Amino acid sequence: MVGHFVQQTVNALTIGSIYALIALGYTMVYGVLKMINFAHGEMFMLGAYAAFLALSLMVGDVGSAGALALTVAFFAAVLATGFVGVGIERLAYKPLRSSTRIAPMLSSLGVSLALVAAIQILAGPQPRAFPSFFPNERFEFFGGSLTTIQIGILIASFILMGGLQILVTKTRIGIVVRAVSESRATAQLLGINVNRSISMVFFVGPLLGAAGGILYASYYGVMTPTMGAVVGLKAFTAAILGGIGSIPGAMLGAFILAAVEVAGTALLPIVSFGTLGTEYRDVLAFAILILVLLFRPAGILGEPVSEESMVYKREF
Amino acid sequence: MSAQTLADSREAEATGSRLGRRLAAFLLLAAIVALIAVTPFLPNYYIRVVNSLLIYVLLGIGLNIVIGYAGLLDLGFVAFYAVGAYTYGLLASPQLGLHLPILVILPIAAAIGAITGILLGMPVLRLRGDYLAIVTLGFGEIIRILLNNLDDLTGGPRGIFGIDKASILGVSIARPGEIFWLLVVTVFIVGTLVWRLERSILGKAWAAIREDQDAAKGVGINTTNVKLAAFAISATIGSIAGVIFAASQRFVSPESFTLQESVLIVLMIVIGGMGNILGVFVGASILILLPEVLREFAEWRILFLGLLMVTLIIIRPAGIVPRTLGPVRLVKVLFGK
Repeated sequence: MVGHFVQQTVNALTIGSIYALIALGYTMVYGVLKMINFAHGEMFMLGAYAAFLALSLMVGDVGSAGALALTVAFFAAVLATGFVGVGIERLAYKPLRSSTRIAPMLSSLGVSLALVAAIQILAGPQPRAFPSFFPNERFEFFGGSLTTIQIGILIASFILMGGLQILVTKTRIGIVVRAVSESRATAQLLGINVNRSISMVFFVGPLLGAAGGILYASYYGVMTPTMGAVVGLKAFTAAILGGIGSIPGAMLGAFILAAVEVAGTALLPIVSFGTLGTEYRDVLAFAILILVLLFRPAGILGEPVSEESMVYKREF
Repeated sequence: MSAQTLADSREAEATGSRLGRRLAAFLLLAAIVALIAVTPFLPNYYIRVVNSLLIYVLLGIGLNIVIGYAGLLDLGFVAFYAVGAYTYGLLASPQLGLHLPILVILPIAAAIGAITGILLGMPVLRLRGDYLAIVTLGFGEIIRILLNNLDDLTGGPRGIFGIDKASILGVSIARPGEIFWLLVVTVFIVGTLVWRLERSILGKAWAAIREDQDAAKGVGINTTNVKLAAFAISATIGSIAGVIFAASQRFVSPESFTLQESVLIVLMIVIGGMGNILGVFVGASILILLPEVLREFAEWRILFLGLLMVTLIIIRPAGIVPRTLGPVRLVKVLFGK
C-alpha cells in the first residue's frame, strides 16, 4: 500500500514536471502579451522531432546513440525550437500586436494547424519509436519502483525551471521582460526595447516546451505529430490553475493537475464501483479547469484580476 | 471647365457609379439564384459539398449571435451541433428503438439545444474574454468525451448507425438533392429571423453589451437575460444544424464534433467578418470550398489552410466583409432607398 502510494507520487511528479515545463511557456506569453498561444503545444512536439532529426543526422541509427550524441541532440533541438518560436512570433503575431485580442489567438491556431500538417508531411503521420535519453534501470524505493528515466526527467526539468527562475528574477533580461509584462507602454517610455524582450519570451518558452517534449517522448518511448495537442491543453490547464502569468503558479498548477490525474486514474474506477473508467481522466482535468475559472478565475497564485481588466471592450 | 459643368459631371459620375453598383448587385443576386437553381442538377459529389457548405453557414449564423453580436468568444459551439445530431440519431434509429419523424424531432432538438445553451450560459456569465473562451472550450471537450464513453447510449466511438431516412409530410428527404432543398429553406428562414433579430431591441441590447457592458447595465439592460438569450438562440440554431447533419449522413460519431470543428466555425466568422450574415457566407465558402478544391493535394491542404488562416487574419483582421455591408445595405443598393 505504501509502495503503491510512493510509486504513484513518483509518477505524478514526473508527469507534473513535464507539464510544468510546457505550462511556463503559456504563462510567460500570457504575462507579456495577454495572448493564449495555441501553437505552444506544437513546440513540445517540434522539440521531440528536432531531437530525433539531430540524432539521425549525427549517428544514423537513432537507437544506438551514445551519451554525447544524446546531449548534443538535446541542446541542438531545444535551441532550434527556440529560434522557431522567435520566427513564428515575427511572422504571425507581431503584425497583429495592435489588432484585436482575438486575432493573434486565432493566428496561433493557424500556426498550430500548419505545423502539425508540415510535420505529418515531412515525417509521416504514424507514431515513431523514440530513443530514451537516459539509461534505463529500475530501483526499488520504499516499496515502489523508480526508473533512471524518471530521475533524469526530474533532474533535467528542475534544472531548467531553476534556471528560468534565476533568469527572470536575477538577470537584466528577466527584469526587462517583467517590466514589459507589467506595462508595455511604460517600459517603452523608459527606453526598453519591447520587441527584443518579447522575442526573448518567444525564445525561452518554446525552448522549455521543446525540452518537455523530448523528456515526454523519451518517457513513453514514442512520438506522434499530434502529441502536442492534448498535452498542450493539459499544460495550459495547469497554467490557468496556478494563475496564468505567474511562474511559480504554473509549476504548482502542473504538479496539482498531475497529482489529480494520477489519483483520478487510480481511484475513479474504485470510487464509482467500476462505472467510471480511466477514460474519464481528461474530463477530470477539464472539470477542474472549469471549477477553478468559476470560483477563482485568477488561479491559485494569480493576482486577483478586477473584472474590468478582463473585458474585451470594442474588441470584436 | 466652369464650376457648373464640373458639378454636373460629378453628379453624372455619382449616378453612373450608383447605377453600376446596382447593376453589380443585381448580377450578384441573379448569379446566386442561378446557382441555387442549378445545384440540384449537379453530380451528387458537388451537391454534397454545397450541402456541407450550407450546414456550416447555418452553424456560422448561430455562432455569430454569440461572437459577432454579443461579443462573447465561444470555442465550444460544436457541443450544440453534437446535441442536435445525437438527438436525431437517438430518436430516429434502432438505437433506442424509436423512429420519430424529423418534424417531431426538430422542435425537441431545438428545445434541448436551448436548454444546453442556457446550462452553459448560466455559470459562465461572470466570465469574459479569454476565460470565457477557455471554459467553453472545456465544455465542448467534456461533451465530446461523454459521447465517446457513454457506450450504452451513444454507441461510444463507433457512433450510431442506421439512422432513419428523413421525410417531411410524405416527401422523402434523403438524397443529397433533397437535403439541399431542406438546407436552402432552413438557411433562408433562420437567416431572415436572425437578421430581423439583429435589428430588434434584443439585437441592439447585444450590440450594447458588446461595445460596453457597464454602460449597457447603466442604461437598464438586464445583461444576464440578454446574454442567456444569445447563448440559447445560438445553441438552438447549432442544434438544428446538427439534426440536418445527422439526417443527411445517417450516421453520427464523436469524430465529427472535435475542437477543430469549433475552431473552423469561429474562423469562418472571423475571416468572413464578424456580426455579418454575408460574412458568414464568404467565410464558409473560403474555408469549406477551398479544402475541396485542394483535395488532390490531400496532405498539403491542411498546411495551406493553416497558412491561409494566418495570412488572412494578418491582412484583414476585421474580416473580409465589413460589418456595415449587411443585408440592409444590399437591399438598399438593389432597390434604391
